[in-house]
Amino acid sequence: MAGWSLVILNPLPQLGRTKRARRSQSDIPQREIFFNTVFNRLKQTFRSWAMRRTVETGTVVLSQRRIYILPTRSGFGFALVLVLMLLGDINYDLSLGYVLTFLLAMMAVMSMLHAFRNLAHLQIHAGHIEPVFAGEAARFVFHFDNPGTLARYQIHLRDDAGHRAVCDLPARRSTAMQLDIPSTRRGWMDSGRLSLYTEFPLGLFHAWSYLHFDVRALVYPQPAAPLPLPAQSAQNGTGKILAAGDEDFSGLRTYSPGDPLPRIAWKALAREQGLQVKQFSAPQGQELWLDWSHTPHPGLEQKLQVLTRWVLDADAQGLIYGLRLPDSELAPQNNPAHRTECLRRLALFGMPPLSRKREGGTEQP
Amino acid sequence: MNKPLVYSLILCILMVASPHATHLPPWVSSLCAMLLVWRAYLTYSGRPLPSRWLLFIITLAGVAAIAIGFHTLFGREVGVTLLVLLATLKLLELRGTRDATGLIYLSCFILITDFFYSQSMATALLMFATLLAIAAAWLRVQTPHITFKPQLRIAAILLLQAVPLMLMLFVLFPRVQGPLWGLPQDAYNSSGLSDTMSPGSLSKLSLSEAVAFRVTYRSAVPRRDQMYWRGPVLWQYDGRTWTTGSAPFNFAPHFDATAQPIEYSVTLEPHNKKWLYALDVPSTLPPGARLSDDFQLFGKEAVNARQRYEMSSNLVYHANVEESAQQRQRALQLPRRLNPRTRELAASWRAAQSSDAPIVQTALRYFNQQNFSYTLEPPLLGSNGVDDFLFQTRQGFCEHYASAFVYLMRAAGIPARVVTGYLGGEFNAVGNYYIVRQSDAHAWAEVWLAGQGWVRVDPTAAIAPERVQKNASAAVKNNAALPFMARNPPRWLNKLRLDLDALSNQWNQWVLGYNPERQFALLTRMGMKDVSWQKMARDLMLGLSIIIGVFALLMFRYLFARSNDPVQAAWLRLCRKLAKAGLPRAPHEGALDYARRVAAARPKLAGRMLDIAGRYMSLRYGEARDAESLHAYRDALRAFKL
Repeated sequence: MAGWSLVILNPLPQLGRTKRARRSQSDIPQREIFFNTVFNRLKQTFRSWAMRRTVETGTVVLSQRRIYILPTRSGFGFALVLVLMLLGDINYDLSLGYVLTFLLAMMAVMSMLHAFRNLAHLQIHAGHIEPVFAGEAARFVFHFDNPGTLARYQIHLRDDAGHRAVCDLPARRSTAMQLDIPSTRRGWMDSGRLSLYTEFPLGLFHAWSYLHFDVRALVYPQPAAPLPLPAQSAQNGTGKILAAGDEDFSGLRTYSPGDPLPRIAWKALAREQGLQVKQFSAPQGQELWLDWSHTPHPGLEQKLQVLTRWVLDADAQGLIYGLRLPDSELAPQNNPAHRTECLRRLALFGMPPLSRKREGGTEQP
Repeated sequence: MNKPLVYSLILCILMVASPHATHLPPWVSSLCAMLLVWRAYLTYSGRPLPSRWLLFIITLAGVAAIAIGFHTLFGREVGVTLLVLLATLKLLELRGTRDATGLIYLSCFILITDFFYSQSMATALLMFATLLAIAAAWLRVQTPHITFKPQLRIAAILLLQAVPLMLMLFVLFPRVQGPLWGLPQDAYNSSGLSDTMSPGSLSKLSLSEAVAFRVTYRSAVPRRDQMYWRGPVLWQYDGRTWTTGSAPFNFAPHFDATAQPIEYSVTLEPHNKKWLYALDVPSTLPPGARLSDDFQLFGKEAVNARQRYEMSSNLVYHANVEESAQQRQRALQLPRRLNPRTRELAASWRAAQSSDAPIVQTALRYFNQQNFSYTLEPPLLGSNGVDDFLFQTRQGFCEHYASAFVYLMRAAGIPARVVTGYLGGEFNAVGNYYIVRQSDAHAWAEVWLAGQGWVRVDPTAAIAPERVQKNASAAVKNNAALPFMARNPPRWLNKLRLDLDALSNQWNQWVLGYNPERQFALLTRMGMKDVSWQKMARDLMLGLSIIIGVFALLMFRYLFARSNDPVQAAWLRLCRKLAKAGLPRAPHEGALDYARRVAAARPKLAGRMLDIAGRYMSLRYGEARDAESLHAYRDALRAFKL
């Protein structure tokens, strides 16, 4: 079913973009500099205008002006069926055939109004997004508020790459819809422009609107394959390698994304205690520095991946660990906030700060 | 595929295919029924669908069997049969939304083919029910998880909203007269009189209660025994079957009318023949029609749609007094060496009488006095059919009497011919018209008498005068063979039947007979001057937009949160007022917090604002809500000025 609706794309945005892209690639090298600059200027103006228009914060109300509607492919197919039926009516002089044809045609016309109404005056705001590790799907959450007495059906959300989510929205209720978009790179991940569409009730019309919320998911680097924690740095004089901390089981804590699979307490899961992770303690008071310069790999991303793995492992083992990056360092601690902060530093390491002007919004915590 | 969707689709196919069940080949009907049951069982039990190759084999075998059975794969009947079979098979191969949508479109197509067979009011009602089922299934294709109640409700709303729009289109959509292309041979049903007559052909037809045509008299209503509706005139006899034969020349018919013409209009059901029915003899003809030399009325084309024509007839006349010798000779033709006893009888009459008219009377007296009887189920006749009938069985229906009479006349040397048509009709007081049914089919004779021309003689009247005065059921003694309604139905039932026929006459006139002419007449009557398709399109667009606009207004009401609580409504009005003044309430902000913030920002308003917020809180969330405090709350709001 999903495959079928995939076929029906809204052609407007794609058309616009490909045309622009083609021009910028093929025309610019051949044209004079004058045209070049004029075109670039125009392009930039359009972009800034489009961005200003589409990137949104707070609650968006889908007013009539924001909803577009076009027939779907199956809508055109149905039109063809109707034309054939009308020809049959005329040819065989079927009065009841006219009645049937006109009824079906007018049902199709009314279905356009129903499709439009199915989107109209929904109130949408973006919800909180949990950070994820690169490679996992970022779960963008949107809250749909349906204040009226009319239930909405089959509201689809789709990004430009084709990831989609669908749900029904009962009347007078707020419903959360989650759109999973796989993350690829660490750093801030934008949901991009989303289209919110419906083909309810008969699939003959595609009613859609664009949403570009100013929401980002924080994507941590993908943890490297398991490898031993670094030797304890000699700064505090103890010099003990804490990799042995694995030995001493100290208890269970709830699972958080990124925890290594072998640490999951399957028995606890079987006892229906939820997803829990085994914790291993190391002697208290010992500090472990996870240092940029101690990572075995040469590449920047690999280093970050190794550090991420170490942070996760050290945290899981209950070690007191600090993070030392070329441009900053975090003093050794062991608590969830520290873990989050370490991962955040790793995710954003070397990333340019967000340009607020361009994005037109504020960074979400 | 979820189960409710499959059930909905099965219901769709069942509803569109079942009206076809009786006229499809029996094996196709039963195969389709079996496939539907199988599909329902597979869905119910959750078993997998049959493999594609099995379906392919069934499909191939089915199509081949249909091709063999019909000897062709083209034509209307074959097309319908194939559509029904393939739609049913498609149900067993349902794999995605695309298949389901295709099946919905297919069922719309099959639904329209139902109208080839019937366009009655009952069919129209069934169409609405079927369309509701189709819309419900269609909705479920798009919305797989919807529950049954909203599914039905939304489908019904869509259908009901389409009705006024459809009416608008039906009236104003510019009509084109079909056909646009040649129709297959089997496009029309034909029932009614044919241009041949053999023993049993009319008595078989008289078992049918189907309507042949309806008549509205615009002037005086003729007597019952004058209501002879002329159909094919038969000249040629081969000993068993009467046929029209072929006239060697076409002479212009001629008659002298001796009475006021009767004016009437006929609404003829399609019978797929070229002739029209008229009272003897037509004086003014409908446009495009012509009168043959034996006074039969012909239209231009075969009547394959219900047709209404206006005309007038003279009931008292002298027809073709100056008949040509060739025609008189034609009217004396007899098969050689058959029915010797009849010839003898005629010869004996001729020997006794020299003039023609007394011989006619003798023949009628013969029928009247020789113990003949009128029956629907006469015994079979041998090769000398007329002899057998006249001297042995003496039981027959009108075709036997007309045939024997004409034979006698010809044998006696009097030019005579058989005329078939309808006699009488049933008056419908509800619609003030006459219904002529197939059971009113009749055959009589005409003899040519010098100085008088062709004179109608109805030998049946000599045996069973009730047939002429009333109808066949009154004339036939043992009428068990007649259909129930043609016998003596209870009065209330007959009344109901007449009411229904009046309704169905209106239906035929206004719905089924709505053609370009009728559209023109209606629009002119409604005040459109110089009717043209441009004007129709303009009015259509206007009308549709108005109706759709009204629907849109009604539909969009539901989108907004409406509060029934006047307390909250008044509070929200105040919030809007303050928002305009630059102090909008944050979504998370409670009434009291908001009031405090407003108070801080506008110290002048502080007292009133806090007062109103307090009253609001106690009215909305407090225990008691009496009229007095509500009143005070409203006063406070009214007094609030920025």
